[in-house]
Amino acid sequence: MKLITAILKPFKLDEVKDALQAAGVTGMTVSEASGFGRQRGHTEVYRGAEYTVDLVPKVRLEVLVDDKDAAAIVDVIVKAASTGSIGDGKVWTTPVDSIVRVRTGERGTEAI
Amino acid sequence: MGEIVLNSGDTAWVLASTALVLLMTPGLAFFYGGMVRAKSVLNMMMMSMITIGIVSVLWVIYGFELAFGYKADSPWYGNISFSGLGGMVNDLTNNGGIYPIPVLVFAAFQLMFAIITPALISGAIADRTKFTAWAVFVAIWSTIVYFPVAHWVFAFGNKVGDTVTGTGFLAGKGLEDFAGGTAVHINAGAAGLALALVLGKRVGWRKEAMRPHSLPLVMLGAGLLWFGWFGFNAGSALAANGTAGLAFMNTQVATAGALLGWLLVEKVRNGHATSLGAASGAVAGLVAITPACAFVAPWAAVVIGLVAGILCSLAVGIKYALGFDDSLDGVAVHLVGGIWGSLSIGLFGTSIVNSLGVDGIFYGGGTALLVKQALGVGLVLAYSFVATLIIGFIIEKTIGFRIKKDAEVEGIDLSEHAETAYEMTSSSRGGSLL
Repeated sequence: MKLITAILKPFKLDEVKDALQAAGVTGMTVSEASGFGRQRGHTEVYRGAEYTVDLVPKVRLEVLVDDKDAAAIVDVIVKAASTGSIGDGKVWTTPVDSIVRVRTGERGTEAI
Repeated sequence: MGEIVLNSGDTAWVLASTALVLLMTPGLAFFYGGMVRAKSVLNMMMMSMITIGIVSVLWVIYGFELAFGYKADSPWYGNISFSGLGGMVNDLTNNGGIYPIPVLVFAAFQLMFAIITPALISGAIADRTKFTAWAVFVAIWSTIVYFPVAHWVFAFGNKVGDTVTGTGFLAGKGLEDFAGGTAVHINAGAAGLALALVLGKRVGWRKEAMRPHSLPLVMLGAGLLWFGWFGFNAGSALAANGTAGLAFMNTQVATAGALLGWLLVEKVRNGHATSLGAASGAVAGLVAITPACAFVAPWAAVVIGLVAGILCSLAVGIKYALGFDDSLDGVAVHLVGGIWGSLSIGLFGTSIVNSLGVDGIFYGGGTALLVKQALGVGLVLAYSFVATLIIGFIIEKTIGFRIKKDAEVEGIDLSEHAETAYEMTSSSRGGSLL
């Protein structure tokens, strides 16, 4: 089992969500995040005083998948999230030891 | 000469203006509150609210008498009297002559000026001022600085026949300050500078970003200030007449000019016209036209406003150049705007629009008026700055003026008021009702 974590441009969330649902993914967790990569931040001006703002708003999307589906789902996310410009984000996977569905107590891939 | 009777139209307008000017102080609370960080917005707004409370009470007990009393016949202060305003309910206003409005209406109108002036100072010492120390400061400063200075500028004396008693020093010298460029704005700006020096810089000033946490609140505050300012300026005619109309129109167009002037500087210098710039420019224009609004023609008001917008936006840089943390730019907006507005009458003033006015340089009146204006500017600025420094240092050495560093970093709302302004997340922060 794998946990796929994707950092996305906020306006791309809907497209990625729709693409994942079309690919058969049934659940996900989304949270607001902020950070920077090569895109860096931006400049804001208040009464002539310039501030650099390092952290840019992003969305963090997390999906649990079976090992055999992981590569394909990553591809779906990358394809839907891409604009081709700097700041599109990153997608990575991490191995997951165990999963339990709270309501039923199902374990492992049954709980995905 | 028949007896002068109460004029209900004039009285109604001054009553309405009084309510308009009161609204400026909560408006100021929004204007300032939006500009500070989310962790100090409540304290910033409370500094205005407590000022409404304290000054209103002092005004009734002795403030109005100290500012506008005439029995002591002093150019420097009114009466020292604790009358509680009980004996003058049926009197008409006499301020250099009879106005057909009740004196309590005049007293209420002037109270609103006495409230907003110390409230304006609070922006200079945002995020770091001990609340009780602020309350003590407001009471002392109003007594020693505002009430006497209001007498100097606004008290035209009690006129009976040809005898006038108790005229204020600057009013007697012929200073033209219709609604408070000196007594309100230069006074508050100079005091703010003094307190910013007494309290010192905020933790992290010029190292970390101190961005306004809510520009929509700033815009709301600017809108309320603009609306209320019609009472401030046009109400100062103390009558529903042509002078009020002139002041009203000048207030509108000078503010518009300053809004444009400030945005012009930003667009040229920084590349973007900002919402904070629009709000700040509007207030700078309101400040600058305040002393001049009943003495200049509307076209001149546009020029005064435009110059105020440009001048005040550039003056924001002074604090960075000299290294004092006048947090919300009372110096750049109120001191610089007040000085410019007060001096501008010496240039644009004309008796054509107001028979009580004097011609300035551009109307062939020479430099005489400008010299009088400069005297008023210099005297109020110097007195306010020095007196506020002394009051500030005494409070600092006795009860302490500033909160502890860790409380400032954590947020003054929590340490001084046991509240936080915003609940941004739907999840509970834990805890339960005690």
